[in-house]
Amino acid sequence: MKRRSFLTSAAAVGATLAAPRLSLAQNLRVLKFVPQANLSSMDAVAGTQYVVRNAAMMVWDTLYGVDSTITPKPQMCEGHEVNADFTVWTFKLRDGLKWHDGEKVTTRDVLASLKRWMVRDTMGQRISASLDALEALDDRSFRFRLNKPFSKMLFALGKSNAPMCLIMPERIAQTDPFQLIKEYVGSGPMKFKADEWVPGARAVFERFDGYSVRQEPSSWSAGAKKMNFDRIEWIILPDSATASAALQNGEVDWWENPIADVVPLLKRNSNIKVDIGDPLGNIGSFRMNHLNPPFDKVGVRRAVMMALSQTDYMQAVAGDDEALWKVCPSFFPPGTSLYTEAGGELLKGPRDIEGAKRALKEAGYNGERIELLVPVDVPITKAEGDVTADLLKKIGMDVNYVAADWGTVGTRRAKKDPVDKGGWNIFHTWHAGADCINPAPYTALDASGDTAWFGWPKSDKVQQGIADWYAAPDLAAEKAAAVEINRASFENVTYIPTGFFLQYTAWRKNVSGIVKAPFPVFWGVEKT
Amino acid sequence: MLAYILRRILATIPVMAVVALFVFSLLYLAPGDPAAIIAGDQASPADIEHIRVALGLDRPFLVRFGSWLWDVLRGDLGTSIFTNMPVTTMIGQRIQPTFSLMLITLVLSLVTAIPLGVVAAWKQGSAIDRFAMIISTAGFSVPVYVIGYVLAYVFALDGFELGIGFFPVQGYTPIQDGLRPWFMNLLLPSIALGMVYMALIARITRATMLEVLSQEYVRTARAKGAGQGSILFVHALKNAAVPIVTVVGIGFASLIGGAVVTESVFAIPGLGRLTVDAITRRDYPIIQGIVLMFSFVYVLVNLGVDLLYTLFDPRIRY
Repeated sequence: MKRRSFLTSAAAVGATLAAPRLSLAQNLRVLKFVPQANLSSMDAVAGTQYVVRNAAMMVWDTLYGVDSTITPKPQMCEGHEVNADFTVWTFKLRDGLKWHDGEKVTTRDVLASLKRWMVRDTMGQRISASLDALEALDDRSFRFRLNKPFSKMLFALGKSNAPMCLIMPERIAQTDPFQLIKEYVGSGPMKFKADEWVPGARAVFERFDGYSVRQEPSSWSAGAKKMNFDRIEWIILPDSATASAALQNGEVDWWENPIADVVPLLKRNSNIKVDIGDPLGNIGSFRMNHLNPPFDKVGVRRAVMMALSQTDYMQAVAGDDEALWKVCPSFFPPGTSLYTEAGGELLKGPRDIEGAKRALKEAGYNGERIELLVPVDVPITKAEGDVTADLLKKIGMDVNYVAADWGTVGTRRAKKDPVDKGGWNIFHTWHAGADCINPAPYTALDASGDTAWFGWPKSDKVQQGIADWYAAPDLAAEKAAAVEINRASFENVTYIPTGFFLQYTAWRKNVSGIVKAPFPVFWGVEKT
Repeated sequence: MLAYILRRILATIPVMAVVALFVFSLLYLAPGDPAAIIAGDQASPADIEHIRVALGLDRPFLVRFGSWLWDVLRGDLGTSIFTNMPVTTMIGQRIQPTFSLMLITLVLSLVTAIPLGVVAAWKQGSAIDRFAMIISTAGFSVPVYVIGYVLAYVFALDGFELGIGFFPVQGYTPIQDGLRPWFMNLLLPSIALGMVYMALIARITRATMLEVLSQEYVRTARAKGAGQGSILFVHALKNAAVPIVTVVGIGFASLIGGAVVTESVFAIPGLGRLTVDAITRRDYPIIQGIVLMFSFVYVLVNLGVDLLYTLFDPRIRY
């Protein structure tokens, strides 16, 4: 190699080594966000994972949005008309709505999206069951004609609970509702950069300049969705210690769900702000299989509830920080309009271990081995499982602690077989408060037996309460239905709530505009 | 030699076939399936069953295996159940970070462990020897993730406020985006991953060198006035190389295993993390694709090791 070419090469390498990656101005236009979990797909209709829903809400818009008072507001729609008995709903789309590929949004797209969503969503299924016609009136107007009143239409179209009624182009919405979509064109404020997607590591969203921002103030999924970033990068950091270090080091801007263990460390860092993320919180769940002995007997289920201490569960899940949890003798989240403690007396006061032992015997517990499924790879369910194993032993039950990963439990809990043929008795999970604010998105509350959620509880009283809520013309009637549902659910022990808990979110102090909501709200967030 | 190489490459075919059948059977027997994970926590049992049918997971074992094998034979490793991306694309996205990590680990390990082992053997029983053995014992004993967290705390977060916290905590920068960020992202993970590898190579180098240094030809070289450096690194090390190369090759497998942990600790989007994610989600085509690929790479590494023997020991002929 000649001396001159050597020097040229060396200089080039030196320049590469010294090149800054992003200028400060560019950096301010990029938000780096650590989501709660890996974004493994992008279809919030076929799947119900929260992380998928959170990503999809940036890419696809909804006909209505729901604000922080849980009131539905027009979003893609300009407005609606409804007849007196809630059987004919007519909607009109806003003018100027465009897909990310530049095409206009039309009612053909809306009808195809509605049809796909109605197959998967419980509220959609109710609409579908009473649907006489779903018809396009013109390119911007469409109408539902129902043979039964359905007053909760706007909430159904606007709720952020998955499966969400996300509006997609007709060609995408024609995908089988049980298969994941393969194209990611939406009309929301951000475009999904499929070419930069590294599943398990990174997902990138780029601002959609053709998005038509509403003029009303932003509130959760309603109002203006004004994006202040050119790019939002989701950095998948499954390891909490790494995520914590990355936030402290300024390598990421916002971490959606820091675990309780690292929160004190983050709070001590003057560059980081920590606050409650979702004000609606979560309700822990002790779910029994109502088909298999001994929990096929309501007396046995009630005996366990008599001994169960929500405080034990919450301390195991959320630690000693009492700002993060509270005892919740209710199936509805505290602070929401339907919250009631009716029927929850058995969960209050000192725990009665001896009484539970006697009640078990009286209810006919014969020493059957309890198959307790514990997804040990999820800290919350692992903590709940540990407390349950201890509780059941204390009241004299024979427990088989089945440690497995979430994938295994997720499959096994769908089995209705007896325990000796691969069935189960108990598993734990938790329900986001947003899914528990009323019976519509609350699959865990359903007590329809064979078609109910895992555990297959059956109670005609609960089902009547849910029907009454759907038929309720106003909030007072909805509250009365909630009392009925709560009481019947405790009587039947549909499941046992293990308490109410909140989770923190953390961000760098140069980021502003982060609001408390059941999902990360990116619109309105800024970096300085 | 060429015939030997061809024979060895052809011999990988039955090996790969057995690996394919074994992995497919294991995944078939393993509990859990992707339908429940796609459906999510709020889905009903009926939804999960619908998704299983839509994914074709209700088909018998032989039908599924036959269909997958037929695709593999045509060079198609399938499509991810979750992302709908071709498995080859997903592996392609992850190859550079993992192989960069392994490359730097390999280079760091060799340039530190071999001199360390040689010097330890030369100065047997001395403080240097004891120091080398302490380091290598520690490398064996301390788990990769502990080393990783400590390195990140000291050199990335500036844990002791020594002004040395200038490394990134996580992530990966492709080499085409700059040599410096690429190297800075990989240095700490490479040290963490390489500790056990360094320990292994240092120990085997020391042990082999001790044996070689007691040979008569070493004494002869010394009697003929050869310098210490020449004796150690030209005469002795070359003759000690065969076991060292063997250990380097075998260690490659442990490097793959260690990469899974290292990539998780430092959030490097490599094949290790892809494997873990695919396993937790039961994304069968990805798991099968990666295992096949790593099996093939491992077979090639072994072939490379066998060929290197001929370089260091001319008496070996194939």
